[in-house]
Amino acid sequence: MVEILVSQINRSATQISATLLSNKRVGQYHQIVLGIGDLVKACRPGNFVAIKVGGDSSRMILRRAFAISRVSESVSFGGTMELIVAPHGGGSQWLCSQIEGAEIDIVAPLGTAFGIPTTPIKALLVGGGYGSAPLFGLAEVLKSRGCKVDMLLGASTGGKIYAPMEGKRSVNSLRIYTEDGSMGEKGRVTEPIAKLIADAEVDVIYSCGPMAMLRAISELTNGSEVIHQCAVEEAMACGIGICMTCVLPVKMAEGQIAMLRSCIDGPVMDGSTVQWDLVGQIPEISVQP
Amino acid sequence: MSATVLDFSTTIGNAFFTTPIFTASGCASSGKELSQFFPLNEIGAVVTKSVMNKPRFGRPTPRMAETPSGMLNSIGLQGPGIDSFLANDVPWLVEQKSRVIVSIAGETVEEYATLARKVRSVAGISALEVNISCPNVENRGLVFACDPEASRRVIDGVRKIIGGDLPIIAKLSPDVTNLPAIATGVVEAGADALALINTVLGMVINLETMRPHLGGKTGGLSGPAIKPVAVRAIYQVHAALPTIPILGMGGVASGRDALELILAGASGVSVGTASFGNPNAIIDIQNQLRDLLVAKGFPSVKSAIGYAHR
Repeated sequence: MVEILVSQINRSATQISATLLSNKRVGQYHQIVLGIGDLVKACRPGNFVAIKVGGDSSRMILRRAFAISRVSESVSFGGTMELIVAPHGGGSQWLCSQIEGAEIDIVAPLGTAFGIPTTPIKALLVGGGYGSAPLFGLAEVLKSRGCKVDMLLGASTGGKIYAPMEGKRSVNSLRIYTEDGSMGEKGRVTEPIAKLIADAEVDVIYSCGPMAMLRAISELTNGSEVIHQCAVEEAMACGIGICMTCVLPVKMAEGQIAMLRSCIDGPVMDGSTVQWDLVGQIPEISVQP
Repeated sequence: MSATVLDFSTTIGNAFFTTPIFTASGCASSGKELSQFFPLNEIGAVVTKSVMNKPRFGRPTPRMAETPSGMLNSIGLQGPGIDSFLANDVPWLVEQKSRVIVSIAGETVEEYATLARKVRSVAGISALEVNISCPNVENRGLVFACDPEASRRVIDGVRKIIGGDLPIIAKLSPDVTNLPAIATGVVEAGADALALINTVLGMVINLETMRPHLGGKTGGLSGPAIKPVAVRAIYQVHAALPTIPILGMGGVASGRDALELILAGASGVSVGTASFGNPNAIIDIQNQLRDLLVAKGFPSVKSAIGYAHR
């Protein structure tokens, strides 16, 4: 059989009304905190949230998917979820315009999570643009497991780097790369990775950012022992596995290619299995006996 | 307060459903994901995604573009193939005590007959939807529902296989000049009921690349933007064929929308794109429709079907 979609929707996925607790502008992004109560216990680094935008009379009928930057629990606010949102399109602009106290219709947690090692390993976290958002929550978890956590962040320009002060405390090292040299070193975030792999400075790479960056990292880890866990980004209509728009070509354990839904089998995928050169194409179906 | 109890049931051919609200083919996969949000046996039926004889990857990405009050999709019938579907998905739905309407799609008249033969041999299916109107195929000549003669041949072939075992619902395209004529043709060929409407063919051009945005170039428009097209199609066909049950769909996002389709002539209403924006949409719409029928003084769903024609 070529393609049995055996994967399940995140068994904790729930639709709730969440109260917006704060909305702060951070550089070119908005840091948005939602009160989600006990749902926080089900959220893992890498999961995402699908948010209804535009209000009831909106002509925007589809939810918008956002990576969960991190979750926390406090006595005063209960369980909270933090998102880093770039106000690029109509949906994200609407979300960024919401004020404290607004009720936001969310479905969360959705999708797969980053694999957390059971032994202390050397982890390299690579973020592109606001793709760095979920990496800080991940860094905290890895740090608490005794891992060495190094982080590389890249963007076209310094204003698009998201690196909060408190996040820097949860990493052993942080290096920033910008293509225009306006912050950190001039160049691409992927440049130092080949040497880190060659020097055996990394066991697992966790990445989140543009598809071209994820693909470049996969090419660097190919043929090495380094595991690459990447959070992919593909346009999705539903986020819950029913629309079949967000598929990516992935090589399965038996060697055949399947078109997997990035909302259910992702966003976190094993970078070595994604067939990057086939994204946007239709692979041949190889029928197994 | 009226003490009358609403009869919320409906029938499509000889199939009975406790409520008139169904999923729409292609918008619920095979039901597993929506069951995370509500028990599938609380709605009228799950209409599964159109399945073909062989496994199929569908069309390249991007497969989706949001449009004002709607969306274009260009999935192209990605699916596991009928054998895997009947072995895995249908038994699972039956286990959930869900009513199941299986939707099939083929590239040839023979493929539809093969699919019908396989479906007939499986227990627990309430009706068969024959999707002859998927717009996301490589060759528009393959859209059987745009050609009266091709439509007839497909339904005739399926009817001969199915006999009287299952109601056959022919799913038609609104992208034709004379929809009642196509509808009449498939009914004469043996369709018990009609599903109206499939998506409307559309296109979005990406202003960055200045090329068609979708991998498949064209896509099917769905969502509230097409609801008036659905109401018109159902109204026209119900006027021409008042005894033929219609499963209505097209942009239904509220109980009011569902009632509008029923008043136009629909015996049941499928909810599709609304589930993408709200996983609980089907349950919400079902509850709203129930309240609305009572508020309008209808004793039953049946009494409201086609009421706009009086």
